[in-house]
Amino acid sequence: MLYIPGNNPAMIQQGGVYGADSILLDLEDSVALNQKDAARILIRNMMRTIDFYDTEVCVRVNHLGTPFGLADLEEIVPLQPSAIRYPKTESAEEVGNLLEIIEKIEDKHGLPHHVMTIHAMIETAMGVQNVFEIASKFPRIDAITIGGQDLTADMNIIYTPDGAGIDFARKRIVMAAKASHIDIIDTVFPDVNDEEGLRKETEYARKIGFTGKAVINPRQIDIIHNVFTPTEEEVRKAYRIVKEFRANAAAGQGVFAIDGKMIDTPVVRRAEYILQLAHVEILPEGADEKPIT
Amino acid sequence: MINSLGRKIPAFIEGIGRLEPFEGAYAKIRKGWMDEPTIPPPNKAYLPHQSKLCKSLEEAIMRSNPHDGMTISFHHHLRNGDVMLVQTLNILHNMGIRDITLASSSLLECHDPILPYLQDGTITRIFSSGIRSELGRAIAHGLMDIPVVIQSHGGRVRGIHTGKVQIDLAVIAASAADCEGNATGAHGKSAFGSIGYAVIDARYAKQVIVVTDNLVDYPCIPLSITQNFVDYVVEVDSIGDPSKIATGTTRITNSPMDLRIAKLAADVIEQSGCFKPGFSFQVGAGGASLAVAKYIRAKMKTKGIKGSFLLGGITSYCVDMLNDGLFETIFDVQSFDAAVSNSLFTNRRHIEVPAALYANPFNCGCITNKLDVVVLGALEIDVDFNVNVITGSEGYIRGASGGHSDTASGATLTVVVCPSFRGRIPIIKKRVHTVVTPGETVHVLVTERGICVSPACGDLAQNLKKAGLMVKDIHDLEKEVDLITGVPGPLEYTDKIVGLVEYRDGTIIDVIHQIKEKQFKLPV
Repeated sequence: MLYIPGNNPAMIQQGGVYGADSILLDLEDSVALNQKDAARILIRNMMRTIDFYDTEVCVRVNHLGTPFGLADLEEIVPLQPSAIRYPKTESAEEVGNLLEIIEKIEDKHGLPHHVMTIHAMIETAMGVQNVFEIASKFPRIDAITIGGQDLTADMNIIYTPDGAGIDFARKRIVMAAKASHIDIIDTVFPDVNDEEGLRKETEYARKIGFTGKAVINPRQIDIIHNVFTPTEEEVRKAYRIVKEFRANAAAGQGVFAIDGKMIDTPVVRRAEYILQLAHVEILPEGADEKPIT
Repeated sequence: MINSLGRKIPAFIEGIGRLEPFEGAYAKIRKGWMDEPTIPPPNKAYLPHQSKLCKSLEEAIMRSNPHDGMTISFHHHLRNGDVMLVQTLNILHNMGIRDITLASSSLLECHDPILPYLQDGTITRIFSSGIRSELGRAIAHGLMDIPVVIQSHGGRVRGIHTGKVQIDLAVIAASAADCEGNATGAHGKSAFGSIGYAVIDARYAKQVIVVTDNLVDYPCIPLSITQNFVDYVVEVDSIGDPSKIATGTTRITNSPMDLRIAKLAADVIEQSGCFKPGFSFQVGAGGASLAVAKYIRAKMKTKGIKGSFLLGGITSYCVDMLNDGLFETIFDVQSFDAAVSNSLFTNRRHIEVPAALYANPFNCGCITNKLDVVVLGALEIDVDFNVNVITGSEGYIRGASGGHSDTASGATLTVVVCPSFRGRIPIIKKRVHTVVTPGETVHVLVTERGICVSPACGDLAQNLKKAGLMVKDIHDLEKEVDLITGVPGPLEYTDKIVGLVEYRDGTIIDVIHQIKEKQFKLPV
């Protein structure tokens, strides 16, 4: 997910060309206080006119506790981006209030309540404490994200490249998202010139359960895709597991072994997830056996 | 006359002569010979132990028979660090020499100081592969009576062979030379690498002066320029500043847009069928073009592919690929980075080549004919894939033909990389202002908004689509970009022709007209 400042028309118009899965048009921290209204109008007009191709468009609005939050929602909700990202979410009650406002705006414009989703951003210690309730209470929340910079500020600690200060928060938030069966997106890596650091942090994020990562520069997209995309070997292995599982299941057999290793339901589920990430389908028996390119 | 691209070409230009219209990229070469006869090189003899050393450039020029109407040539291997061209023309101007034909292999920003000589009649004709900066502006505004002639690097060699450009005096800057004129750019404090463009000048000029700031004991090796062609040798304090050869263009770009385009181009190359063991490759310096090398390098490592040769303008990035063992050989006609010199000097697989071997179409085969893949830039490209690399959106001459059409003509796969718009100017046009490289030699256009494949490329478009690449019809992409930028109004020109764009076979592929605008003023 590529962050783009909402007051930068040149960057917004190119948002769809970099190969990001989604872009986040930002009205919050990257926009100066005296440019909030201009950015809001700019995003509105560009969402109406620019083709972002296959890239999902999300908008981060300002918190409702600021003078800008409500105006942001009134302008952006009628455009129905893929998602609204809500910053500094601290409680389920707050989310409920947000959804009430959004749905009123949708009703006013005759829009359904189920198309646009909400990403709750966890950036405070209180948000971390309440994250499971935030993630699980409303089906319209389909992703949780962690904001590392604000969280360290809230915790009065310094952000370090090893992420030690927010490690607990990361894992707690991941667990809440997994328990709620929703996506979980990691915070940005701020040093755009440190490709190795970005790779390491992304690998760690994937290892502990994140399903994606935010970026602040298009140059970071490839590394993140590279880390989150299963390798050819992983896909081949997963394909074999799922295929043999289905054949065994059809024959009424549960647990089985491949190359001497036991294959049971959790292993199959993980393999199915890998195939889903790689957009690979299991071909029916007898079909071309070279599905992976 | 109307050439095969529909461009109106005059039959004759005073001061240039009869013109021949372009009839297709291979129309003349297909014959197997050149229609024009070649002229003999000059006939000279030197007595044993006759000294060639001169105390100053002035003395060497004085001994070289300077005269009104002379043609003087230079190479541009020092690019923006060159000082010899301006110094030489200052001397000729002070001698009162007029009506000079300037035949430099290219002209860059550092040559702007000669602008007054275009106004006062010191210089009346220019042959060059490129013209930029204030010179390009002034010429586009009609400063010269006789149109400049833009030649490709290969075409320049042909022009000299045929006598269309007859050089009276070649001034060849060298970073090392000996008292007999054996010279090179491969070492010395001002090392600039290959001196490939100057070899033909040394061979054909009536008088040849080698200028160096590093006079070494005889013999100077490697023998890039050999003594049997050199009349005079001058030692000076400095031939220029090699740090200005290619400021900023030899590093891999940080621009996300250029990197995105480069990655797509590398994907195209990978899926084209040309990316296989033993493939040959050329990329330009800077921007998206050089960045393609970064992605190709990674793909070669991943897939264990080793290429044959790298060609052309060579950067230190190319040298790194050679040293990584990814390619067998570098053929270096021009070094885009002073750091390349050391490799040229020490690595026998890094081979200096003259422009004739690099790209002259009229011989038994130049190296560009062996190219598998070339990645080129563009100022504009049109829906017929014709490419403009010489005139900007405002009509000024601001680029170079260079090896663009030479390599496009030779390569199995010619990939043009450029953003779909710059600022608010669309790059894909219905018709480019000036054609330098004909569309029949261009196969793929890669922009950030889509990949367009020439209809002449058979199944390539389908193959790229199957590989998941965003292939679009070039007409559709043109319309898509126009919707974002709007369509700029047409430039207004007068009937006066200020430039002739020669295709590499000597035919005229396009002309450049004087732009209609406020009166041009010399910069203060």
